[in-house]
Amino acid sequence: MNTTLLTQSVAAQTETHQAVREASGLFSGTWLLIALPLLGAALLLLGGRRLDRTGHLVGCATVIASFVVAAVLFVAMLGEGSGERAFLIPLWEWFNAGGYEVEISLLLDQLSMAFVLLITGVGSLIHVYSIGYMEHDERRRRFFGYLNLFVAAMLLLVLASDFLVLFIGWEGVGLASYLLIGFWQHKPSAAVAAKKAFVVNRVGDMGMVLAVASMLVVFGSSSYAVVFAGTENAPVGWLNAIGLFLLLAACGKSAQFPLQSWLLDAMEGPTPVSALIHAATMVTAGVYLIVRSAAIFDLAPEARTAVVVVGAVTLLMGAIIGCAKDDIKKALAGSTMSQIGYMMLAAGLGPAGYAFAIFHLITHGFFKANLFLGAGSVMHGMNDEVDMRRFGALRAAMPVTFATFAIGYLAIIGIPPFAGFFSKDQIIEAAFAEGLVVGLCALLGAGITAFYMTRVMLMTFLGSKRWAEEAHPHESPRVMTWPLIALGALSVVGGAGLLYLGGGIVDWLEPVTGEEHHDLPVPLAVLMTSTLITVLAGAAVAWLLYGRRPVPEVAPRGNPLTVAARRDLYGDAVNEGLFMRPGQYLTRSLVYAESRGVDGTIVGAAKAVGGLSTRWRRWQTGFVRSYALTMLAGAGLVVIAMLLVRLP
Amino acid sequence: MNPTSYLVLATILFTLGSGGVLLRRNALVAFMSVELMLNAANLAFVAFARMHGALDGQIVAFFVMIIAAAEVVIGLAIIVMIFRTRRSASVDDASLLKL
Repeated sequence: MNTTLLTQSVAAQTETHQAVREASGLFSGTWLLIALPLLGAALLLLGGRRLDRTGHLVGCATVIASFVVAAVLFVAMLGEGSGERAFLIPLWEWFNAGGYEVEISLLLDQLSMAFVLLITGVGSLIHVYSIGYMEHDERRRRFFGYLNLFVAAMLLLVLASDFLVLFIGWEGVGLASYLLIGFWQHKPSAAVAAKKAFVVNRVGDMGMVLAVASMLVVFGSSSYAVVFAGTENAPVGWLNAIGLFLLLAACGKSAQFPLQSWLLDAMEGPTPVSALIHAATMVTAGVYLIVRSAAIFDLAPEARTAVVVVGAVTLLMGAIIGCAKDDIKKALAGSTMSQIGYMMLAAGLGPAGYAFAIFHLITHGFFKANLFLGAGSVMHGMNDEVDMRRFGALRAAMPVTFATFAIGYLAIIGIPPFAGFFSKDQIIEAAFAEGLVVGLCALLGAGITAFYMTRVMLMTFLGSKRWAEEAHPHESPRVMTWPLIALGALSVVGGAGLLYLGGGIVDWLEPVTGEEHHDLPVPLAVLMTSTLITVLAGAAVAWLLYGRRPVPEVAPRGNPLTVAARRDLYGDAVNEGLFMRPGQYLTRSLVYAESRGVDGTIVGAAKAVGGLSTRWRRWQTGFVRSYALTMLAGAGLVVIAMLLVRLP
Repeated sequence: MNPTSYLVLATILFTLGSGGVLLRRNALVAFMSVELMLNAANLAFVAFARMHGALDGQIVAFFVMIIAAAEVVIGLAIIVMIFRTRRSASVDDASLLKL
C-alpha cells in the first residue's frame, strides 16, 4: 500500500516539481521531531508535583533536542541533490473505511524543513526565555508542558503528508493556544480571551473541515500526493471552492480579516506565549497551509485573488490598529496581523510570491519573537506594566533589551541591512508586479509600519520618564537576555543570509513552490528607493508626533480614526452586531417558542387532566352501596343497550 | 313444569338480592344478599340449560359456585377484620377510602 501511495506521489511530483522518496537512514528518524516535545508535554502534564523543580529544564531539553535533530536533518538534506530533497516517512495506517484510506506519514521537504527549523529554533529560544520570565509562577511546570504541546502540534501540522493529519496538528495548535492564552485563568479577561480565540478558531476550522470534505469528494483522498496530482483534471469550480475553504481556515489560524479579532485579545496570555503564537507557531500555520496547497491555488484564480484581497485588507487594518494602541503588546499584535497580511498577500500572488511569503515568515519569526520577548523583558522590569504611556526613557535602565529591541525595530520597518528589509522589499516588488493597487497597499503598509513601530520605540525607550511611582526598572536576568541577543543577531543577518547564502531561500524552496520571475513596471532601484522613502517618512511623522514633544500620560481623545483603531476598527462591534446579537435573538425567540409552544402544550394537557380529575374524584364517596347502585345502573344500561341492538 | 316459572323465580330472587345490597347497612346482610344474587343467576343458568337442552348453563353454574365459595372466604375475612378494628359491621362506616 505504501508503494501505491508512493508511486502516486511520484507521478504527482514529477509532473510539477520533484519526486518524493521513501525515507531511509537518517531521515526515517523524522518522527523524533514531533515525539520529543510530545514526550516532554506528556511528562510535564502527567508527572505531577515531582517535576515542579526540574520541569522547566525538561521542557527546554526536549525542544532543544528536537532542534538538534532538525539541524542534523537539515545538514543531511543539504547533502542531497536539489530536486531530491523530499522524503516520505510512513508511520502507520490510521484508518481505512469506505474506500477512504488515511495513513499517518510525514512529509519532509524543503518547505517543512524551513518551518521545522523556525519552530524548533525560535521555540527553543522562547523556552529558555520562559525559564526567567515564569520564574515566580507556581504553575511553571504546567506552562512548559503546554509550550511543549504547542510545539509538538505545530510540528505535526507542518510535517503531515495528508490534510486530515494536518488537521490533527491544526486542532492541537488551537487547543494549546487556548490553554496558554488562558494560562492565568484566574483573570476573567484571560479566560474570556482564551474562549474567544478558541471560538473564532472554530469558525476557521469549519473551513478546514469543508476543504477536507470537498477533497474527499473530488479526489477521493485527502493525501497531498493524490490531491496535488489530481488538480490538473479537477473542475475549476471545485478548486476555487476548496481554495476559499482553505482561505477561511487560514484566516482563522492566522488572524486575517474577517477572523482577526482574537489575536489582540490573545495578549492576555504570558508574553512568551504571545511570542510563540506570533513568531514561530499558530499564526504562521495559515500561510503554511496556503503555500502548501500551491497546486490548488495555482489553478484557482478566484481563490487566489481572494487571498490577495484578504492579505491587503489585513495588512492595512493591522497596521492602523497598531498605530493607536497604548498597550505595548497590543501594538505589537497589530503589527503581527499586518505582517501576516504581507505574507498572505505574497502567497496569493502565486509562484511569484510563495517563496517570499515563507522568506518573510521566517525573518518575521526572528524579529517578532525578538520584539515580543523584548516587550516581555520591559514588562518584567516594570511590574507587568503594559501601558506605553507609563514607560519612557528605559534605554538607560535596560541597555540589552533596548539594543535588541532596536534591532528588531529596524528589522521590522525594513531598514537595510536588517532582516525585514530584504523580505518585505521582495513582497512589495512582487505586489507591484501583480498590480498597482496591490503594490500601493503594500507600500502604504510599510509606511504605517514604520510609523507605529517608531511610536512604540519612542514611547518605550526614549523621551521622558513617565513611570509609576513604585516602578524600579531593571535589566532582566541573563536567561532572558541571551535569547534576546540570539534573536537580535538573527534579525540582523537573517535576511541577507537567507536571501543570498548558498543560492538563497528562493532556490531552496523552488522545487516545492515553483518559481516565476516577474517583470517590474518600474526599475528596481526606483521601487527600493521609494519604499525606503516611505519608511523614513513614516518614522519621521512618528518622531514629529511622539519624539519631539512630550507624550501625555493620559491618552488624548484623538481623531475619529484613532478612536476607531483603539477599538480594533470595530471588529468586535461588527461581530457583535452581525453574529452575536442576531444569534442571541434567535436563541431567545427559540426559547420563547419552546416555553410557550412546546412547554405550553404539555403543561396545558397536564393541567386539563388535573382539573378534570379534581371534579371527577367527588364521585368517589367511599360508600360501598352507592358504588353498587352505580354498578347496577350500569349493568341495566348494558342490558337495555343489548336489547335495543337486538330488537330489530 | 314450565321453565319460564324458574326464570321468574330467578328474577324475583335477583331483585331481592340487589335490593338487600343497596338498602341494608349491615355488611353481613349485604353479603348474604350478594349470595342470593349469585344463586338467582345460577338458577337462571340451569333453567336456560334445561330449556335449550344443552349442558353449558350447568357448567357455568358450577363455575359460579366455585367463585362464590372463594368470594365467601375472602369477603368474610374482610368483614371480620373490619369488625375487629371498627367494632361495627356497617358498610357506611367503612367509607374512608376516598379522596
